[in-house]
Amino acid sequence: MTDPIDSSAGLQRRTLLQGTAGILATGIAPFVHAQEKIVLRYLGTAVNQDKAIAEKFKADTGIEIQYVAVTTDDVTKRAVTAPNSFDLIDTEFFSLKKIVPTGNLKGIDTRKIKNADKITTLFTKGEVAGKAVGDQGTAPKKVIYLEGEKSKKFATAPTQFMSLIPTVYNADTLGIRPDLIKRPIGSWAELLNPEFKGKAAILNIPSIGIMDAAMVVEAKGIHKYADKGNMTKAEIDLTIKTLIEAKKAGQFRALWKDFNESVNLMASGEVVIQSMWSPAVTAVRTKGIACNFQPLKEGYRAWAAGFGLPATLSGKKLDGAYEFINWFLDGWAGAYLNRQGYYSAVLDTAKAKMEAYEWAYWMEGKPASQDIKSPNGDLLAKAGAVRDGGSYEQRMGGIACWNAVMDENEYMVRKWNEFVAA
Amino acid sequence: MSAPTASAHAPSPSVHAVKAWWQAAPFALVFLLFFLIPLALVAMVSLWNFNEYELIPAVTLRNYLSLFEGCSQLTDNGDLCVTLNTYLSTFKFCLLVWGITLLVGFSVAYFLAFHVRSPGMQTALFVLCTVPFWTSNVIRMISWVPLLGRNGLVNQMLTGLDLVDQPVEWLLFSNFSVVLAFVHLYTMFMIVPIFNSMMRIDRSLLEAASDAGASGWQTLWNVVVPLSRTGILIGSIFVITIVMGDFVTIGVMGGQQIASIGKIIQVQTSYLQFPLAAANAVILLAVVLMIIWGLTRLVDIRKEL
Repeated sequence: MTDPIDSSAGLQRRTLLQGTAGILATGIAPFVHAQEKIVLRYLGTAVNQDKAIAEKFKADTGIEIQYVAVTTDDVTKRAVTAPNSFDLIDTEFFSLKKIVPTGNLKGIDTRKIKNADKITTLFTKGEVAGKAVGDQGTAPKKVIYLEGEKSKKFATAPTQFMSLIPTVYNADTLGIRPDLIKRPIGSWAELLNPEFKGKAAILNIPSIGIMDAAMVVEAKGIHKYADKGNMTKAEIDLTIKTLIEAKKAGQFRALWKDFNESVNLMASGEVVIQSMWSPAVTAVRTKGIACNFQPLKEGYRAWAAGFGLPATLSGKKLDGAYEFINWFLDGWAGAYLNRQGYYSAVLDTAKAKMEAYEWAYWMEGKPASQDIKSPNGDLLAKAGAVRDGGSYEQRMGGIACWNAVMDENEYMVRKWNEFVAA
Repeated sequence: MSAPTASAHAPSPSVHAVKAWWQAAPFALVFLLFFLIPLALVAMVSLWNFNEYELIPAVTLRNYLSLFEGCSQLTDNGDLCVTLNTYLSTFKFCLLVWGITLLVGFSVAYFLAFHVRSPGMQTALFVLCTVPFWTSNVIRMISWVPLLGRNGLVNQMLTGLDLVDQPVEWLLFSNFSVVLAFVHLYTMFMIVPIFNSMMRIDRSLLEAASDAGASGWQTLWNVVVPLSRTGILIGSIFVITIVMGDFVTIGVMGGQQIASIGKIIQVQTSYLQFPLAAANAVILLAVVLMIIWGLTRLVDIRKEL
């Protein structure tokens, strides 16, 4: 503070040194950062935009990440309508059906991605440990490859160009308050069980909420969908009808749209069972409130997010974006995300940056040999606890369907509004 | 400006006209740029076709038709179609909120204008009314949640006093909580214009009424209310337009389970269905304009101001 000019010069020199070190570490052609500071505008949802990740990346490479946090829907909207307003997009695979046909994304050259061939087979082949998982909905393997760098079409077989480089993914299920329910929950059908009248909630993001509803419909044996992620009009009608009947009977306490809303509903006890996201469950737990991310016999609804590059990105910023992606897959970020209950796309590198007991708890489904803490230092699980859903293979192997955009999307949204209005 | 000599003595009518145009120009320009052109764009887009990722500039009535699809009959569940149902529920809130804010706003304004004698006190109390506006809308709304929830303060008190065995559920995420939040948020919009018009009432009229033997109620009903109607009307327009377009309050306080036109428009824009949202917006605008037109039939604002 005494001499601001000196200290900022010192900072520059230091970040510069670290920058070069970072480049050498990633093993790609050295870029000179001396002339200008690179700032990458990172568009995505708040959930994935962790301050610690940006800080660590800046310390490692000198490149600054500027987070632009919007909702899932707005990420898509900006990608379609304002592709020049960001340098790096973090979006979900199901949004690609809307974004890629606009030509606003550039295929990512996998030859420039050091760990490209180590990306988990879940994305490249739709397999976990050699076993195929459910591919209903927009499974990443259907949309991950592009025909060329400037292509507006998805490739059916692996190519050199990826639409998104996967970053985090998980499989969602119901969250429950075991202390208030006091009995085992084993099926999606419980969401509409009248026993929880006025104490249930469902996601109010139509394209995801309707998939959760479809899991319930199948679990109750009302209907078997050919593809829950791509329903016919009649199937949409049926699913919404089931929801409306439940709503009229007073089943739902609230619908939620936002990560924090779901945490508050659960933590305050307004709701005891609801569709939920894994980090939201973690958030409830860090408040000291019992909450389970309940594995269910019908399986999980999976989602996956990844980094994409806008078509107009070029020069230094493009190099910076590649550097960020390479850095991200290099382990530190992966380990950080794994400790939050997500899964990282390249498992080997993340494993190298995690303690053996952490890896055993988070990825192998083994009882924790010592207390498990979140990256912020909050206690998540005491020694001896086992992760909900077990190991990576059990959890990701149990995928029933993927978040999706349906062909009948417009009709579905209209019917969903009918549900909200009923 | 161009002919200073002429304007100094006997300005010709044409110079007057030019001046007037110049004076009106800045506002007209702002009005055109930020209101008329966007509105025209919305109206235009509402006639366009679209798919998942692009707008197709071809005139079609599809968006308007799909809004009213199925409205000629009841749905399988015995409901009206979404659009009518939503408007009905929005009207219901509008009417309730309007009635309550009018009653509360009028009483508060009456108290401030006629019972508080010193101007200093009047100002102080008036500023006190605006205190809630020092924090954001959403925060004021969300602060109700821990109060009204199943395990909230009110329920804790009720169960603690043994007034109820089970927590009262309708306090939160219900029509009640929505109306409560609206009243809390928007009564101020009633108070200000009503207070303003009450302050203009000539006090000697009240004395005259009293001298003529009118009771307090008669004075209120026959003198104060008619003379405050401009304020009442302006306040009503504020409250009605806000409630008709709101989606945040209804969303947060209604647990996202209560429909409003604003909410539907928001969902549609977030799914890139801009033409559908635009068609909805045009209809909403027409409805609100009709309500305001109806209200201005009752009071001639221009004359009263």
